[in-house]
Amino acid sequence: MYVAVKGGEAAITAAHRLLAEARRGDPEVPELTIAQIEQQMSLAVDRVMTEGSVYDRALAALAIKQARGDLIEAIFLLRAYRTTLPRLAVTEPIDTGRAAVRRRISATFKDIPGGQILGPTFDYTHRLLDFALAAEERREGAATTAPSPPPLPSPAGPAVGPLPRVSTLLGDQGLIEPAADPPAGEPGDLTREPLSFPASRDLRLQNLARGDEGFLLALGYSTQRGYARNHPFAGEIRIGEVEVEIVPAELGFPVVIGEITVTECEMVNQFKGSATAPPQFTRGYGLTFGEGERKAMAMALVDRAMRADELDEEIAAPAQDAEFVLYHSDNVEASGFVQHLKLPHYVDFQSELNLIRRLRAEAETRREAAE
Amino acid sequence: MSEAAAANTASGYNFAYLDEQTKRMIRRAILKAVAIPGYQVPFGSREMPLPYGWGTGGIQVTASIIGRDDRLKVIDQGADDTTNAVSIRSFFARTADVATTTRTEEATIVQTRHRIPETPLAAGQIIVYQVPIPEPLRWLEPRESETRKMHALAEYGAMHVRLYEDIARFGRITTAYDYPVLVNGRYMMRPSPIPKFDNPKMDMSPALQLFGAGREKRIYAVPPHTRVRSLDFDDHPFAVERWDESCALCGSRESFLDEIITDDRGTRMFVCSDTDYCAERRDRREAAE
Repeated sequence: MYVAVKGGEAAITAAHRLLAEARRGDPEVPELTIAQIEQQMSLAVDRVMTEGSVYDRALAALAIKQARGDLIEAIFLLRAYRTTLPRLAVTEPIDTGRAAVRRRISATFKDIPGGQILGPTFDYTHRLLDFALAAEERREGAATTAPSPPPLPSPAGPAVGPLPRVSTLLGDQGLIEPAADPPAGEPGDLTREPLSFPASRDLRLQNLARGDEGFLLALGYSTQRGYARNHPFAGEIRIGEVEVEIVPAELGFPVVIGEITVTECEMVNQFKGSATAPPQFTRGYGLTFGEGERKAMAMALVDRAMRADELDEEIAAPAQDAEFVLYHSDNVEASGFVQHLKLPHYVDFQSELNLIRRLRAEAETRREAAE
Repeated sequence: MSEAAAANTASGYNFAYLDEQTKRMIRRAILKAVAIPGYQVPFGSREMPLPYGWGTGGIQVTASIIGRDDRLKVIDQGADDTTNAVSIRSFFARTADVATTTRTEEATIVQTRHRIPETPLAAGQIIVYQVPIPEPLRWLEPRESETRKMHALAEYGAMHVRLYEDIARFGRITTAYDYPVLVNGRYMMRPSPIPKFDNPKMDMSPALQLFGAGREKRIYAVPPHTRVRSLDFDDHPFAVERWDESCALCGSRESFLDEIITDDRGTRMFVCSDTDYCAERRDRREAAE
């Protein structure tokens, strides 16, 4: 008898139980704690905070645990939570020039005031699996103490004092276009108002900051391979802690409400002159929560590519097409719609089936008539 | 207060999940949509705890119009007990603690994916469609900035050309579902992926029809007693599909039938896709016997 559509409710409940079991894995293995994820999976936490648009390490770690390590699912969990939060205030723009920097590199100058600071980076590591990490885990299990590593040669803490940005140094000589003026009034928020076109740069940057790292990486890469080539230089990449300030109406002056870690990438791109303006370098901008260097760089490339219209460049490549980029960058939207193909489509399929049978029957009749 | 309502308050979420400001914003969009039948109103679609493409638009519309006295029916493919319908119904039972039903006549709100119930809707009822792609011209023009212009100018020639090309190639229009309609003689509208079999039910319906597209952030509507014309040509009038078979369970010859493959030799049976309609017909027959 026909039972396929019956029992949906029981099946869902059972599936949820199985999911909980699968998430936990072998109960013999100790359960991961939120603190462990927060501390030892910190780059996963950073990505989930950035694309989930919530700066909260503990919530991001919880989302990662609940999502069994599926970061897009974790981003979705955090976004769905974020929707329910009230908007209390709009902060002042953060000043990355005053960041307590722990990594800062420039590919445009050999030395810069304040120096190049490598910080904790995968760059220049040899990607050899470190079996010592597996061995340490066994030692920890046996509760023996590992030999402590040699102390770091220099103060490992953040560089003291503000470090001028490379773009400011170039700007002082008029070699790079001035940074865009901040939008009049509050910046737009595409989680409150639907996107419309042409989209202003604040909304484009918000979209890119929330956008999927893989998507932006591929698009940014495409600009380097000739699809909207714009000759980028990594003017500066910096990672550090910045203060977040709001101006409460009753006080009228800024008050620091906390500190966040951000990664900023300022690309310096090809110059262009006109009859009225001498040639100047142009800018592309990327910013993420936490440490997200790959994402920030890709974002800066795509941001620059999408300025094609404003800079009077021919729009020929996908990365320059704002409608294409902004409508397809969001992995929560994309993941949902791609996976909705799992939902039943019996009715539409039945309609197509009826149609194709009829078309085939007609073709058959025609062939018979012709014979 | 019932146990479920207490749990709801304890969960820390507002009635029907959305906060009141958001509901107000969505209601404004709905009012505008009702005032301009078939026109797609952009709205600040929220991120819902269910995935995009799984009914977030319909859920937001339902959440904005539902009250404590409403009775909600949720169907997917015409059935009340397909998994996604079950999931959405339990979402509202959990966040709004409203009564739910599977009976079309009893429901004040019917949220649907891919079907319109066979039982005709009555005045006072609201049907909420889940819409994946709201733009009828999307496959002809991928750019939103262009399609909005085409609607503004009622420039719908491209669609007629496409339908004509179908006829030239296949001898008939080969759109079987999501068949484009013209609402109130002005806006071209996508009826959502319902089979074209259901299109005539939209025309002059006494019920209010609301369409929510969450991912695409659009709401549109067909007010009660509004003309909804399926596009066609004088020499190729619009017609719905018919089956040679009748429902194996209730014997209906009028309803949309799903084909079920019952063994690995390809034996098939046909049953109503509308489970409530089918069950009711069977109940009536049993009562008569």
